[in-house]
Amino acid sequence: MFAYILRRVLYAVPILIGVNLITFALFFMVNSPDDMARMQLGVKRVTPEAIEQWKAERGYDKPLFVNETASGIAQVTDTVFYSKSLTLFSGEFGRSEDGREIGQEIRERMGPSLAIAVPTFVVGLGLTVSLALFLVLFRGTWLDRTGVVLCVGLMSISSLFFIIGGQFLFARVLQLVPISGYSSNPLVAWHFLILPVAVAVVAGIGGSTRWYRTLFLEEIGKDYVRTARAKGLSDAAVLFRHVLRNGLIPILTGVVVVIPSLFMGSLLIESFFGIPGLGSYTIDAIAAQDFAVVRAMVFLGSVLYLLGLILTDLSYTLVDPRIRLK
Amino acid sequence: MTISNFFSTLNQSLWVWLATDVLLWALFVLFLGSLVVIVRSPLQRMVWQKVFRQRLAVVSAVLLAVAACFALLDSIHLREPLPHTAPDAPVRYSVEVNSVLDLILLDLRKDHEKTYSAPLAVTLAALEPVTVTLPDGTEEVRREAPRLKAAGAIFPPGPVSETTYWLDILQRIGLGAVGGVVLFALFWLAFTIARRTFKWDQKSNPIAWRWVGGTLGVLFIIGGVFTGLSTNFHVFGTDKVGQDVLYQVLKSLRTALVIGLVPTLVTLPLGIAMGLAAGYFRGKVDDVIQYIYTTVSAIPGVLLIAAAVLSIQVMIDNHPEWFATAVERGDIRLLSLCIILGMTSWTGIARLLRGEALKMREFEYVQAARAFGVSAAQILLRHILPNVFPIILITLVMEFSSLVLAEAVLSYIGIGVDPTMFSFGLMINNARMELSRDPVVWWSLTAAFLFMVVLVLAANLLADAVRDALDPRSEGQS
Repeated sequence: MFAYILRRVLYAVPILIGVNLITFALFFMVNSPDDMARMQLGVKRVTPEAIEQWKAERGYDKPLFVNETASGIAQVTDTVFYSKSLTLFSGEFGRSEDGREIGQEIRERMGPSLAIAVPTFVVGLGLTVSLALFLVLFRGTWLDRTGVVLCVGLMSISSLFFIIGGQFLFARVLQLVPISGYSSNPLVAWHFLILPVAVAVVAGIGGSTRWYRTLFLEEIGKDYVRTARAKGLSDAAVLFRHVLRNGLIPILTGVVVVIPSLFMGSLLIESFFGIPGLGSYTIDAIAAQDFAVVRAMVFLGSVLYLLGLILTDLSYTLVDPRIRLK
Repeated sequence: MTISNFFSTLNQSLWVWLATDVLLWALFVLFLGSLVVIVRSPLQRMVWQKVFRQRLAVVSAVLLAVAACFALLDSIHLREPLPHTAPDAPVRYSVEVNSVLDLILLDLRKDHEKTYSAPLAVTLAALEPVTVTLPDGTEEVRREAPRLKAAGAIFPPGPVSETTYWLDILQRIGLGAVGGVVLFALFWLAFTIARRTFKWDQKSNPIAWRWVGGTLGVLFIIGGVFTGLSTNFHVFGTDKVGQDVLYQVLKSLRTALVIGLVPTLVTLPLGIAMGLAAGYFRGKVDDVIQYIYTTVSAIPGVLLIAAAVLSIQVMIDNHPEWFATAVERGDIRLLSLCIILGMTSWTGIARLLRGEALKMREFEYVQAARAFGVSAAQILLRHILPNVFPIILITLVMEFSSLVLAEAVLSYIGIGVDPTMFSFGLMINNARMELSRDPVVWWSLTAAFLFMVVLVLAANLLADAVRDALDPRSEGQS
């Protein structure tokens, strides 16, 4: 088991280097640092000196991969690729365009992101699994058919409409909750959190419910279900004792992948509801074309994704004793 | 615009073929080609008859086909000639690039108001100081909503009485509906005669055709009513700069279809080649390909798209000399957005096809082919590719709706289509602040919502039907 985890972690390293190479190519080879400087400085202040100064301040004035003027190990380390991409592995994210420490920002913004993402995840999972079970219990009836049509309908509505509509209805017209904002005091924060969480849950209901329903239906067609019913168990007992437990295996392993990524926050919800989390940080960075922040978030996102993949494999062994990892 | 005018404009203009125009029309040709193949092959026909036995699938297909017609008309671009300065001067063309759809919708496009106006309104949705001459000859400045330029122009100046207003609306709705019915009847008659004469659908399901007719009929009537009302009103109102919202949603259809179709298609060859090669050759090839797609899918999609779009935007901004017109610049951005979206989604199909190829390489007919000394490329092309075709098709249809939805989100973040173009995402983005105005400006958002939901819902329903019919694993479910 330990050897397996170690191997998976080591396998993640070349993938992360690959991720860095791709983002590096996008940021430095498609556009030279000069182009970036010109864009950040704006049209008015562009002089060759200003560009050189901008590059020097941020360390973009070095060669891309190999520094021929340096000697020894510095030939590789004193380059843009090493100082901007490979140092990400040691958690050094550098500074954003306005001079703030990116690592510090990430640590501060993790809390608000999780405050939205964790309740959304837990409530959403519980609700969709129950709804899917409900539809399966009434399979073949008009209730099931209406439910599926409703799910497809919900899937066809852009999450933007849920957010804008929810905000308009509950915050502006009915004035039940504040429109946007956040507080680090938990007693006040729930006021701000309840609407974004509700909107995020509703926006995700359609797709997941339909998917879980299919999984449960697949399970219900299996032989052990027929056996269970043949020995006289009630419909509900079969559903909750057998189908639910076995159907949860693919559901569980499907959701484990996203658990680490909860740290990244939700781009849309956070920016609409003014939550100072990592999602709105990313959106602001994209809008301000802050390449250092985008690079850091890409790295963080891929690390969390790979962590999710490893956790998925581990969760298989927990829920399905037949699987042994070697 | 009269019909003869329309054709003379077409004749004299400089035709502009944008990259996405060519792709959309190529897709259309491809679609017609596969239609011929399907009609000729009895097996394929059986499969598709199974799809269209579901009424919802028929309705969805008709809706998508109508949207496609708008998109195709919007994909023939031209630059109109400028008026002659001297009789022997060489002809110069306007820098404004219009599509054939623009020419058809000339009335909607040209009639700009000053700012917001509600659907079917005759006055602006904003108050302006107006100088009024009172009966005793003195002048007074009042703040009231001024009359629109292009809506209700036939009414006399001043406030419009309720009865005149509603009578006019009812009259236009009635005439439009009658026009729609007549046009539909003529169209359907011609179509049915053609169908009976050439007998190319003898075995097809008459119930499906009835639903095609019904859906088309409803669409014709809606179209007729909208056309009737548009002669004197803005059906969905106007936006901040006074542009007709109906025109905007119709123009957005093309963007939505390009975004929904092109990304999967441009990267489909890559996904298919990678997936099949990984599954068939296994070993080192598999390791390398798996490494590539794990790496690409490890990068958060939105961030990869943001990084790529920002980079390309910098490139476009630094080379203004590459593009003759703003439309061409916007089009290149749209195309690159499509390619980037495709780059983030090919990993899914590669993974799926790898699994299929792994399974199929052990099948007896593949092993027999290998024993006969058939080359690997031949086996992949002849024996494996045709069998994974249903999976490819299902992925293509399923991706459509998620891509259309993704466009809205990307445009909201500012990394979507060029702001000079029309798209549902841009409409929503512009409209989101309008809800906090007083009076509430709800119509842009509502129009975008209606059109987008219908489009995506139709795509989703069709995708379900196609999956049920083509995927043997989903047999007997739902």
